[in-house]
Amino acid sequence: MLILECPYCGVKAEETELHAGGEAHLKRFGPGSSDDEFHDYLFMRENPKGVHFERWRHVTGCGKWFHAARCTMTLEVFGTYTAQTSAPPQEIRDAITAKRPGWSWREFE
Amino acid sequence: MSTRLATQGRLIDRSKPIEFTFNGTRMTGYAGDTLASALLANDQLLVGRSFKYHRPRGLVASGAEEPNALVGLGTGDRFEPNQRATTTELFSGLSAQSQNHWPSLEFDVGVVNNKLARFLPAGFYYKMFIHPKPFWKHVYEPIIRKSAGLGQAPDRELKDADTYEHFYYFCDVLVIGGGVAGLQAALVAAKSGAKVLVLEQNAHWGGRAPVDGGTIDGDYPEAWVEQTLAELSAMENVTLRNRCMGAGVYDHGYALGYERLTDHAPGQGGPRHRMWRIRAKQIVTATGAIERPLSFAGNDVPGVMLAAAMRDYVVNWGATPGKRVLVATNNDDAYRTALTLHAAGIEVVRVLDTRETGGGALMEEVRALGIRVECGRGIAKVKDGKCVTRVAICAQNGQGGAQEEVEADAVAMSGGWSPVVHLWSHCGGKLTWDDAQAHFRPDPARPPLGADGAGFVVAAGSANGPLGLGAVLSDAAEAGAKAAAAAGFKAEAKPAAGVAQDEAPMQPVWLMPARAEIDLRMKAWLDFQNDVKVSDVQLAAREGFESVEHTKRYTTLGMATDQGKLSNINGLAVLADSLGSEIPQVGTTTFRPPYHPISMGAIGGEARGEIFQPLRKTPMHDWHDANGADWEPVGHWRRPYAFVRAGESVKEAVSREILNTRQNVGLLDASTLGKLIVKGPDAGRFLDMMYTNMMSTLKVGKCRYGLMCSENGFLSDDGVVARIDEETWLCHTTTGGADRIHAHMEEWLQTEWWDWKVYVANVTEQLAQVAVVGPKARMLLEKLNAEAGGGMDVSKEALPFMEWKDGEIGGFKCRAYRISFSGELSYEIAVPASQGQAFWDALMAAGAEFGVMPYGTECLHVMRAEKGFIMIGDETDGTVIPQDLGLNWAISKKKEDFIGKRAQQRSHMVDPDRWQLVGLETLDGAVLPDGAYAVGSGVNANGQKNTIGRVTSTYHSPTLGKGIAMGLVKHGPKRMGEVIEFPGTDGTVYKAKIVDPVFYDKEGEKQNV
Ligand SMILES: [Zn+2]
Repeated sequence: MLILECPYCGVKAEETELHAGGEAHLKRFGPGSSDDEFHDYLFMRENPKGVHFERWRHVTGCGKWFHAARCTMTLEVFGTYTAQTSAPPQEIRDAITAKRPGWSWREFE
Repeated sequence: MSTRLATQGRLIDRSKPIEFTFNGTRMTGYAGDTLASALLANDQLLVGRSFKYHRPRGLVASGAEEPNALVGLGTGDRFEPNQRATTTELFSGLSAQSQNHWPSLEFDVGVVNNKLARFLPAGFYYKMFIHPKPFWKHVYEPIIRKSAGLGQAPDRELKDADTYEHFYYFCDVLVIGGGVAGLQAALVAAKSGAKVLVLEQNAHWGGRAPVDGGTIDGDYPEAWVEQTLAELSAMENVTLRNRCMGAGVYDHGYALGYERLTDHAPGQGGPRHRMWRIRAKQIVTATGAIERPLSFAGNDVPGVMLAAAMRDYVVNWGATPGKRVLVATNNDDAYRTALTLHAAGIEVVRVLDTRETGGGALMEEVRALGIRVECGRGIAKVKDGKCVTRVAICAQNGQGGAQEEVEADAVAMSGGWSPVVHLWSHCGGKLTWDDAQAHFRPDPARPPLGADGAGFVVAAGSANGPLGLGAVLSDAAEAGAKAAAAAGFKAEAKPAAGVAQDEAPMQPVWLMPARAEIDLRMKAWLDFQNDVKVSDVQLAAREGFESVEHTKRYTTLGMATDQGKLSNINGLAVLADSLGSEIPQVGTTTFRPPYHPISMGAIGGEARGEIFQPLRKTPMHDWHDANGADWEPVGHWRRPYAFVRAGESVKEAVSREILNTRQNVGLLDASTLGKLIVKGPDAGRFLDMMYTNMMSTLKVGKCRYGLMCSENGFLSDDGVVARIDEETWLCHTTTGGADRIHAHMEEWLQTEWWDWKVYVANVTEQLAQVAVVGPKARMLLEKLNAEAGGGMDVSKEALPFMEWKDGEIGGFKCRAYRISFSGELSYEIAVPASQGQAFWDALMAAGAEFGVMPYGTECLHVMRAEKGFIMIGDETDGTVIPQDLGLNWAISKKKEDFIGKRAQQRSHMVDPDRWQLVGLETLDGAVLPDGAYAVGSGVNANGQKNTIGRVTSTYHSPTLGKGIAMGLVKHGPKRMGEVIEFPGTDGTVYKAKIVDPVFYDKEGEKQNV
């Protein structure tokens, strides 16, 4: 039962207040994309043992979607941030680097 | 024989006798007894039969680790199977039944398995019952179900008579375990000012220390426990709970406590169990250690008991399993049992110490009493039977050639101590192997980690490895200080001074004697509850089971309800030895919560019956209830399936409602339909992405039926969208879909198009909505308006089909939509929820002369099927795209993009072989079975007939006087008129003709009047 701080309302929310929304920072492919691009967008997901970026919704709280950067192995949370971005902000990346030097995830590092 | 002693028994009150029954026999115990100690005092050594071989079994332990003494407790709606006698406090009128025997505990036919033990080795079930397949169902399973298994399931017709609750709690430091280590850690943490919660699973505090002796701060441990408890109780920042087990430790400091409030005092009122849902900044696990059995032949004969447990029974409850006890040990602690027994007047016939050089000061103390101690010796075999009679003694370092036989009526065994590491391990705490103590203990460098990446569990006392009283207390004080500091407090680790006899090093003994022959190994039990022997684990290793997790499942070692608390390390050691490996390399199986079984009632808490989940009621709910509603759950709502009149069946009511609505006028409570307002400068653009059709071009005042798909392309919801003004749309969703679709819209708005200016509000419960349906609907509304002296013009010209209007009807402020899900002239009228009942009453009153009747969901379903309208959840199942349902007309060709568009271009989605919607009509007018599959020619790879379609909706149509159905059929629309076959589960083959799905009013004239 994780605790994640909602970056919108500031509540330290328990997992029962949250709805998990899978991997963060997916790029949507729509009409005009190739079969491979669309296939990867729909189905291919990271499954790391370590640093991961996820979408969560504060569903029984303020209702906002946000992103969480955390370690899937140790459950350490590096930070939560707005869902209204297509890349992890610099301070989140710095927080991860401080704990996991040399980390990388998809195109981010 | 086992009996009550004249002296001892610190926990019992001999002035308060308590009556109880065991297998119907009346017995007497004392206040403070557990069921186990009371049975022992009543010479009831035999408490059950083992799972596989039905061997007689007695008490082995004195606490939660007990594997044998499982009983059925209570009767009727308070019956509960598999309760441990050792953790059951005695109360007046307690009724217990032993388990797993037939016809009786004393004479059991299943014991024949015991004679067949040679033929029931590890993995027997896997090897034997795999084939031939039919044998499993008809021969093996019925026999096994009758003769094996633990307790009986409670009567399915009865409901648990007790109540349960959940309780939420937040603290800085949670201390699990109220022994001296837990109390010491709590005291140190509490003095720092931290908010501390201490949980103790037993009724009494202090754990083993009062039994084991020594001194704390120069006094008896019991005195220190009392004084410390008093000190803690007086502190405002401390909460103490006994009879409350720390059940599990989870992510980020979440923990569960399982409090048994009235198990010991039924009838006192209030909830029986309370589940504590705790968030702690830091958790101290002061869970103690559990003694290990020794693996020798006959170690399961009733009367063979853990040495410390025997000490517990004597000191705590004044009960003993025998009067002539043999002690076998590989460590010094068991000498404490010899001393205790001797002091209680029980003869210690021999102490067998496996160590060639014996023990330390405690051994000398025992010798000084004249008790015979033999070093380098062990037990070759305890003679089989319902109790201990004779014990064969041999050299530990041999094969078991017996050198001597002695008479004894009980055996105390000690194989060393294992820390209770379960709670440390639940959330990822790692273990390290301690060679000196031959046990796994928590590795302080690898604790479970919290959100900040730092450890949040600290093990304390013997749960952390130290076993001597002094070391336990100083370790616990440090743990308390560490936890308090990590929670943000300044604590001082000042331990009480514990003094106990120094102990000589123990000797790991995994098999007794070390090179025991096979006939001995086949009688040396590792897991008492699941009947797993040393020979079984060795066989598994020989058959190639190298992983401990696989061996566990193959042999069932540690899989019983005690989760291997006694058997784990011994089993691992035997496996490691068989594999020629080291114990740390073999590793442990995974420790999973709960530590000890907890009741289903506690897990459910208050959530049962009517308050299992909130019930959603429309404003007219009570009227429906008073007027014959046959309720149907739809999401969290209850909707009337039909309004049943006196003397009428539900089926008859449905027919009546359909015919009346088609001929006169009917009312449907449509308030449950989802109503989402989508508003903003970008709302049109947004809805064009949400729906497959174009919504931005919808004119103000008009309605349009819309489809929504997932990004996978599958149809997910449908409903009528109305454009309210330039920037505002109102989207109707299905009853079950309102919250889901609202969330779907929010998700896309917040995470993909966050720069679009759109706001979505779910107003479903703000409005009561009534569908006024049927050829006389307009007359009814006009009469209402006339009575009110005017109102909204509801004529075809002023309010045509697929338009909406705001105004007043019958004096009620409303919004009326000309939309129809029945094919009839239909108005769906929304009024403020507070006006719902009044509006409904007005419609019913004014409608009397037109024959108005309310109708339910089944009438709605049949009428929509007569019209060939799809229903989400019937025609769709998450794999169906709109194109399958002939809904191409509702998919925009002009739009560049919408959710699901790209997916619908994938090769499988445009496959012409996809099953497609058609109508189905049986040749004889019968009703097709719901969900039936149509079969075609040929067979698939498994030799099964090929399927070519299935029924999605099927009803009897009273309007048409015959069965009608819809289904998805391969190449269906191209096969009009063809007859296909649907084999039913009843053996009948139904024949149905493929027809147009619109059965009634194909031109749609009736709704457009
Ligand atoms: Zn929030």
